[in-house]
Amino acid sequence: MIARDLATQLSYLGASVLFILGLRSLTRPELARRGMQLAAMGMLLAVCGTLINHAIVDYRWIAAGLVLGALIGYPLGMWVPTTALPQRIAMSLSFGALAATLVGVSEYNHVFNGGEGHIDAARMGALGFEVLLGSLTVTGALVAFGKLQEVLPSQPLTYRGQNLVNLLLFVGAIGLFVALIMDPTRSGAFYTMIGIAALLGVLMVLPIGGADMPVVVALLNSYCGLAAAATGFALGNSILIICGALDGVSGFLLAMLMSKAMNRSFSNVLFGAFGSTTAVAGSVGAGDAPVRSVTAEDAAIQLAYAQRVIVVPGYGMAVAQAQHQVRELAELIEKRGGEVKYAIHPVAGRMPGHMNVLLAEANVPYDRLYDMDEINGEFPQTDVVLVIGANDVVNPAARTDPSSPIYGMPILDADRAKSVIVLKRGMAAGFAGIENALFNAPATSMLFGDAKASLTKLVGEVKNA
Amino acid sequence: MLILELYIFVLAGFVGYMVITKVPPLLHTPLMSATNAISGISLVGSLVAAGSHRGSVATILGFVAVVCATANIVGGFLITDRMLRMFKRDAKPDAGTDAARQPERR
Repeated sequence: MIARDLATQLSYLGASVLFILGLRSLTRPELARRGMQLAAMGMLLAVCGTLINHAIVDYRWIAAGLVLGALIGYPLGMWVPTTALPQRIAMSLSFGALAATLVGVSEYNHVFNGGEGHIDAARMGALGFEVLLGSLTVTGALVAFGKLQEVLPSQPLTYRGQNLVNLLLFVGAIGLFVALIMDPTRSGAFYTMIGIAALLGVLMVLPIGGADMPVVVALLNSYCGLAAAATGFALGNSILIICGALDGVSGFLLAMLMSKAMNRSFSNVLFGAFGSTTAVAGSVGAGDAPVRSVTAEDAAIQLAYAQRVIVVPGYGMAVAQAQHQVRELAELIEKRGGEVKYAIHPVAGRMPGHMNVLLAEANVPYDRLYDMDEINGEFPQTDVVLVIGANDVVNPAARTDPSSPIYGMPILDADRAKSVIVLKRGMAAGFAGIENALFNAPATSMLFGDAKASLTKLVGEVKNA
Repeated sequence: MLILELYIFVLAGFVGYMVITKVPPLLHTPLMSATNAISGISLVGSLVAAGSHRGSVATILGFVAVVCATANIVGGFLITDRMLRMFKRDAKPDAGTDAARQPERR
């Protein structure tokens, strides 16, 4: 018996080391794949170490669960297109949080039905924290999924007194939580608390707009990790604590990075007040300079003779699935002796690093992808900047206009280039509802139309140029 | 016992902080899917709940939890691998000055 416990603990230790090595490998793209395979082996080790646990007496449900889970997981891993990655991640956050919540409920249920019959305050605290954060994440991530999948409207849904309602619900949940710690036998309070947290998850994510999803998804990732860590505290299981802490920190760091890249304070993020600043309508003047529209032929000539080109991709490129055409165009320009780089804003797309994956999928070498800080100094020497479906991240108002809602947000300095070609469907304002002075700038020409169609035309024209 | 667990939590958090701040923005999406897969570790708790004869409620809850956690593990590791397979360096020798660029960027 003791030897078995020791084996379990050793398997957990080994798995923890492999997970940390796996995450560490993600600091180097060329080592990352191998490292994550090690982490997967670690997971297998931990599962095998658990299966020899003497508390487990019946393997039928376990086997059924493992098989069914693998059947669901395989398509989620292999068939989901890269453009749908954000909603895919949101969905799996919901799954992970649901697993943590159910383990918590099952544990609580067991204590008073055939278990010890009592539970100390510390363990009840951990259990309560687990189900509170867990159920909040389950529904929050589901709403995020709905918005990203556009089953739900991606605009912020707001009503008066929203924050007050959320605050009251939050206080209510905390009150029940405290009551439970004082008297854990109140199962009514336990289940009511779960219900309130689930409702809160919905209400907190509903008012958040689509373009703010990177922060939300990262934050929910953090909550999901913290729920897993709380499970570890409740069960006295160290590997759950370790993984939960890793996950929690990772999500938290990403959320901080994203909110910094949007110039939102982090407390603004934590208290769910997103979208409130975006309600400002688009009356902020961009001057009345005319917008210069250009044909694909003229744009192609500009690109064909350019020495230095920077591509700025945005969510519009993902929507149009135009990444392959972008790469094709870049290869043509390179064949003619030009140089093409890609400037990636931290919040371009709907999740951290979204653009990088899309471009990598289209076989763009990753050493051509540059972060904002790396490339911003190069815009003045650039002949042509090609903005594809990006808007707010290249709006110079963020730098120059203190009255603009996005004033202070770090942007890509596309306006400093010698010329700019913007691929855009129409003149509609960006997510933040602000007009973009870049579009009216004398060096800018607009190529209207679907990004994919426009790029296909450009490829054809550059070939003939 | 609780204090020992707090130690583990805080120290693991520090390790996570050190490691994850060094992950370049290039790989932030794989990072998210990787942590997603790793958070499937709640499977170890679910397994005990599903297989310990603690009554039908615990078994059913445990079963659903096993399904969710396994789906996350299998799907998470597969999609991370699929993404990482896509990231390639420029194979051409004339990649210019960029080829010498360190992939490790803060």
